[in-house]
Amino acid sequence: MTENKSRLVVLEAVTAIVFLLFLFPFFILVINSAKDAFSITQYPMAMPEKWSLIFQNMKKIWTSENIRYPSSFMTSTTVTVLSLIVINTFSSQAAWVLVRNNSRISKIIFLVFVAAMVIPFQIVMFPLLSWYRKIYVVTGIKLLRTQGGLILSYLGFGLSLSIFMFHGFIKSIPYELEEAATIDGCRKDQVFYRIIFPLLTPIHATVMILNGIWIWNDYLLPLLILGKGNKVQTIPLAVANFAGAYVKQWDLILTAILMAIIPIIVFFLFAQKYIIKGMVAGSIKS
Amino acid sequence: MNKQRKTNLIFWLFLAPVLFTFIMVIVIPFFMGIFYSFTNWSSSARADSTLQFVGLANFKNSFQDPSFIYSFIITSLYTVLNVLFINAVALILALVVTSRLKLKNIYRVGFFIPNLIGGLVLGYIWQFIFNNAIPALGNIIPVLDFLSNPDNLVLSKVGSSVTALVIVGTWQYAGYIMMIYVAAIEGVPESLFEAATIDGANEFQKFKNITVPMVAQAFTITMFLTLVQSFKQFDVNVSLTAGGPSAIFRGTPLFGTELLSLNIYNTAFVKNMLAEGQARAVVFFVVLVVISVIQVSINKKKEVEL
Repeated sequence: MTENKSRLVVLEAVTAIVFLLFLFPFFILVINSAKDAFSITQYPMAMPEKWSLIFQNMKKIWTSENIRYPSSFMTSTTVTVLSLIVINTFSSQAAWVLVRNNSRISKIIFLVFVAAMVIPFQIVMFPLLSWYRKIYVVTGIKLLRTQGGLILSYLGFGLSLSIFMFHGFIKSIPYELEEAATIDGCRKDQVFYRIIFPLLTPIHATVMILNGIWIWNDYLLPLLILGKGNKVQTIPLAVANFAGAYVKQWDLILTAILMAIIPIIVFFLFAQKYIIKGMVAGSIKS
Repeated sequence: MNKQRKTNLIFWLFLAPVLFTFIMVIVIPFFMGIFYSFTNWSSSARADSTLQFVGLANFKNSFQDPSFIYSFIITSLYTVLNVLFINAVALILALVVTSRLKLKNIYRVGFFIPNLIGGLVLGYIWQFIFNNAIPALGNIIPVLDFLSNPDNLVLSKVGSSVTALVIVGTWQYAGYIMMIYVAAIEGVPESLFEAATIDGANEFQKFKNITVPMVAQAFTITMFLTLVQSFKQFDVNVSLTAGGPSAIFRGTPLFGTELLSLNIYNTAFVKNMLAEGQARAVVFFVVLVVISVIQVSINKKKEVEL
């Protein structure tokens, strides 16, 4: 028994050390965000002399003409929130009619969506740009360099997995519930929005978390759709542009990265349980 | 009859937004992409009027380009190493955080955090660590002073740069895979372990005979996830190494750590060979389909065995 206990203590100590090493990159990031350019390159491992410098650096990033943090933050937030709203609304209603309709066409459509999950972004990305350009020439609708085009693309790339996840969940909801509502005089579309939609809350949360983390962090799609040097840019784009422009100015780059990370960490600490559960559930189903 | 028509109306009405978007964003560009890979498509404004069918020329040129072959090799190497390291680390971490440690919940959250942050941003942090923090460590600790020698910079050599990519990949992804293993391990009924204890099994026997078989199904999922994720890697590649340092392959100087996604991107936008970049993307797609088919058939076999 004592041998068991001492082994547990050793394991606890080793794990604690591994844990600290694991989070060490974040520690490096924070201490160096509170230094000037000179002490970063000379003493990157030392503790900062004046912690208040972190606020001065942050202010520099906040007001920088290059990174335009406030507007990038707004763009990232708008694109993420609106994409999640359209993905969740449209995918859940599509999944519902696909589950409740037993015709062959319904099954084929579902299979096509599932099969499309194999398609990597790389094979569609170049033609997508040329296709959006053609749409602009013909109709005058601007999908390139706009938030609208980005949101449409996220709906396109996110809907397969989302429909798949809603589909699995809706299958487990007893059909009797809908029959009862229909007998009580509920219209078909009302059945969905009044009866089914509220029952989907847990799966809505899972789908939102999965897509939200992907969209917030995504780099390649915004890079192609919004382009470099656009006024409209997301946070990852802003960080990449900034880091490219200021190759050795680590004081500003690291602070910019810190400010890019803070919103996600804050969000994570609030919704930690749901996030981990949601992401694991999503992976197992896919 | 009337009711049937009404149901159909709802069916198509509810599907319309996703079908429309799916066709606009995936289906049309997908077929355009396959078509363009057989043409002399370019990014010039008059590309459409000069568009010509060139057969397999783009594919032939791709496979004759040392940078593409090299990229394939280095991506395969990176993928194999990444899959092995991520899964090994994730499994060990999962066993640790499902044991009776006091702080296991804090460890779980901590190990998971890197996964929430985009690869692009993580790559820059690690670039700073490899280029600045580690050499500084050599200045502080006399035994490690070889680290401060500029010749020993991790990102200055191809071999160690690939290792660096694997380190960052593992660091980013292990916590996520760990949680999948944790879910599988916690799904094993406690009664199995109790029965084994009564029968006199030791910890290792329990691990080998209960945990491993019960977690086996999770392996197919994690292997596939890590395989596809590593093969598609782009963000960390851009921010950590940007393809560098340079290497020589078949007598041609090229980017030493240019993974396939970056190679496709660079072919189209840096070398300005859009059609050839698209052909490489088609090859990339075919490889991924093959991987997926293998994965699905393995999964089916497993299900039969269970």
